[in-house]
Amino acid sequence: MSFEVDVTRRLGEAQVGAVFTAGEGLTVLFGPSGAGKTSVLNMIAGLLRPDWGHVRVAGETLFDAAARIDVPTERRRAGYVFQEPRLFPHKRVRANLLYGRHGAGAALAFEETIDFLGIGHLLDRWPRTLSGGEARRVAIGRALLSDPRFLLLDEPLSSLDRPRREEVMRAIEHIRDRIRLPVLMVTHDPEEAERLGTRIVRL
Amino acid sequence: MILTPTEWAIVELSLRVGIVAMAATLPIAFALAWLLARGRFPGKVLLDALVHLPLVLPPVVTGWLLLLAFAPMGPIGGVLERWFGVTVLFRWTGAAIAAGVMALPLMVRAMRLSIEAVDRQLESAASTLGAGPWRVFWSVTLPLSIPGILAGAVLGFARSIGEFGATITFVSNVPGETRTLPLAIYSALQLPDGDAEVLRLALVSVALSLGALVVSELLARRSGRGMHVL
Repeated sequence: MSFEVDVTRRLGEAQVGAVFTAGEGLTVLFGPSGAGKTSVLNMIAGLLRPDWGHVRVAGETLFDAAARIDVPTERRRAGYVFQEPRLFPHKRVRANLLYGRHGAGAALAFEETIDFLGIGHLLDRWPRTLSGGEARRVAIGRALLSDPRFLLLDEPLSSLDRPRREEVMRAIEHIRDRIRLPVLMVTHDPEEAERLGTRIVRL
Repeated sequence: MILTPTEWAIVELSLRVGIVAMAATLPIAFALAWLLARGRFPGKVLLDALVHLPLVLPPVVTGWLLLLAFAPMGPIGGVLERWFGVTVLFRWTGAAIAAGVMALPLMVRAMRLSIEAVDRQLESAASTLGAGPWRVFWSVTLPLSIPGILAGAVLGFARSIGEFGATITFVSNVPGETRTLPLAIYSALQLPDGDAEVLRLALVSVALSLGALVVSELLARRSGRGMHVL
């Protein structure tokens, strides 16, 4: 199983959480806004600590409340593409892409990655000069190049116009079919869920 | 404008006091700003109030407290005397201490604002990319808050070269040693024919303070807009 997730967390008055297991391919976490989808991704990435439960990805336990296991975020190797690009504003695109890169042993080649994302011409630009679609693709590239064990995509197509959505969708399909990284993607759009999801988990 | 050699020495002394005060206060102010911006501990309100005390206390009281602390029998002065055989009383180093203490609240405020303005979400992004807490600090938090930190430092420098009350109370008004610009202006005012000197020194003061304020403001604006081309 790629993802085995069973987490709950109290946030104010609300109780957020999810229980699911998912195999290879791209798993869509589908649900209306406010259902706590982003919180679930944050708990898997280690940015939000669940009150209870466990998170296992590709056989490795990242969190287990009962066994007192809580791997720090920086060692979970989650490629997390946030809803906003969150590019480092003081670093050029190239430095952003290389931020999580360590050593030459990474599975994905730099050239190949910027190639299929179509961001090779942006390397010397500052993040604030990028369009929404460009910033989104750079954020995906930065996550992929950090040599992740799995990818978390939070509404990767939101606030993009049609042609840009198509570009980013193709990139996600490439990741799903060619790179074969386990992907967990959050969306509230049924069309996206249908097209990209190997399976759909409803929250 | 022509300054006499004595007046040049006063300007040089003031700059030295201001720079040393600012440089020595910088790491302390940054640590305090960090604690106040990010820390969660009991007594935070009290620490905040203590840091701001020199801003609201009559400077003469701050100077007197420094005098008590740094006197040969005082808690800090005693240690300096016994272990290092030095004293800061009536010395320019004492003037720098007074200036640094008075500048501390302003520096902490500017730095704290710039640390609080750093988007925590960029820090989480860095940690998902494999950066541990130290790397996050050096590669994201510090570079993004550096304009505000520099703005605080320049503001501290400007405050330092203008320090009067705490300085004259703490280390007196010794020509060539603790007589900085404001003290020299004060002394010249006491002389029947000091008007010309007052004017010259006052103009220097205005120029230095205005320059520092403008630099500080430009740096702060840069940090506020979140545009950092460093």
